[in-house]
Amino acid sequence: MQVLYFAWMRERIGVPKEKVVTSAATVAELVEELKARGERYAMAFADMASVRVAVDQELTELSASLKGVREVAFFPPMTGG
Amino acid sequence: MAVSVQAEDFNVGAEMAAMSAGRADIGALVSFTGLVRDMAGGSEMVLEHYPGMTEKALVSIEAEARGRWALQDCRIIHRFGPLNAGAQIVLVLTASPHRHAAFEAAEFIMDFLKSRAPFWKKEAGSGWVDAREADETALERWK
Repeated sequence: MQVLYFAWMRERIGVPKEKVVTSAATVAELVEELKARGERYAMAFADMASVRVAVDQELTELSASLKGVREVAFFPPMTGG
Repeated sequence: MAVSVQAEDFNVGAEMAAMSAGRADIGALVSFTGLVRDMAGGSEMVLEHYPGMTEKALVSIEAEARGRWALQDCRIIHRFGPLNAGAQIVLVLTASPHRHAAFEAAEFIMDFLKSRAPFWKKEAGSGWVDAREADETALERWK
């Protein structure tokens, strides 16, 4: 699946998006896998209270299933308007 | 299309004129324009967004507003990219037969754009703008 990062998540991880092969069943499991990739990821996901997630472009929760999902995005709380 | 996500500036008067053109049933046309404030330390900011999801989020916020109020028309324009102090960021237009629906729907749309549309502001001097608690609590009145 495609994993996207925005704002300071993108800056901390160093790429806007990447292809990830995973057997994670939920977003939370995917986060654990990503955190294990190294310091930059661990830093980006250090404070999960400041991380929001969208699955296939819909806002959702960490408990969301990844079954059949093509795109997961991580980003800080939104500041539009 | 009633929703636009664009780098270009917009013309408020032209958008309002387009909404009321050729009809005489609109009694209230409410317009809200959000501008970049000149904050201490940095006069320019960059608005990042999530292409694809942004458009979907705006369409869904508009649909929600139309479901709650009897709007005759609705228009949302949200810019992204580099913006200088004083620049227009966002436009919300709502039209209804009487003023209450148009006023309330415009406020509702703005409240959701603040914290439910995938935009992130970065100020030249101070970095990423933190989400405000007040923007989150603003949504509670619409529950």
